[in-house]
Amino acid sequence: MERNRIIFYTIAALISLAGLTEATYLTVLSLTGETAVCGGSASCFQVLGSSYARLAGIPIAAFGILAYFGAFGFATFAAFGYARVRRYFGLAVWAMFAVTLWLLFVQAFILHAFCRYCLFSAALVFVLAAIALLTPSSR
Amino acid sequence: MKRYLPFVIVSAIALITIVAGAMLYHAKDLPLLTISKNRLAGTNDAEPVHIRGKPDAPVTLEEYGDFECPPCGRLSEPINKLEQDYRSRLRIIFHHFPFGTHPHARAAALASEAAGLQGRFWEMHDLLYREQGTWSKAADAQPLFNAYAGILGLKIDRFKRDMESDEVRRRVDADQKDGAAVGVTVTPTVFINNRAVPPTSLNEAGLREVIEAAIKMKSAP
Repeated sequence: MERNRIIFYTIAALISLAGLTEATYLTVLSLTGETAVCGGSASCFQVLGSSYARLAGIPIAAFGILAYFGAFGFATFAAFGYARVRRYFGLAVWAMFAVTLWLLFVQAFILHAFCRYCLFSAALVFVLAAIALLTPSSR
Repeated sequence: MKRYLPFVIVSAIALITIVAGAMLYHAKDLPLLTISKNRLAGTNDAEPVHIRGKPDAPVTLEEYGDFECPPCGRLSEPINKLEQDYRSRLRIIFHHFPFGTHPHARAAALASEAAGLQGRFWEMHDLLYREQGTWSKAADAQPLFNAYAGILGLKIDRFKRDMESDEVRRRVDADQKDGAAVGVTVTPTVFINNRAVPPTSLNEAGLREVIEAAIKMKSAP
């Protein structure tokens, strides 16, 4: 049981790291006005260039940095046996899951366009949610 | 030791994220490009022109372009490369010359001017050329222009308003009128130090040759 828990949290930490890398990349490109990020994809431009891509002038990817870093930190501590942190990992992931659902709704029904980076991030969050659901301590 | 390992790992990742983010920001940060209020020497233009590069560079490359014209799009990257290679010795000036046969060309010109009013003309210019293959095929290009403005960090409401303003229309019309006055009939038409570059030289190697000749001529006693 304990071994499985360590494996689950290690995988969660690695997935969060992938999300952290993507969110950092998108935040920096958004802050510099670099436009090659969406090269050739009209949908990507429509999503990342929309008003939903920023919150109070701050790129939404910047909030992704905080979220993924939080998930990474909690998963790492949980993998090392810090039992109390497991609860925070679950809370962080379910909050990210809710935001991801909202962003998918915005893309599908408001913007009618999908951004490849957003879909990648959504896939990562779904895997994290599955881990949070399956990890023994989270039940 | 194992007890402290997660602190070390989490701190290391935080540090790496900050350093990598700062390095990427430094590498990608675009120079602030603004519309020059200078007038071209020897002309009586009522409208400002778009200059990129050192204002007193010995060589001036002037392009009359149409954002929807494929050869103009293909020439955009070589011109940017030449600008980087020659730096202080070359300045680039862009004039609009949108053709009526290109359905979105005029709107694209207006979009670049509207971006220019927020200090981002050249960024929009580069983006429109780079993404020409996408927006030129769209039935309605306006949502894409708005998205480009958004990704450049422009104020969208102002951008939309400016695109329909008389000021922006006047700028595009003035360029087109000037182009017609100097005999422009096709795009891209390029002048280097006021001499038209033959169409066969409208490529990186050809332009480089003409620029080199112009530099030599300027430095000759």
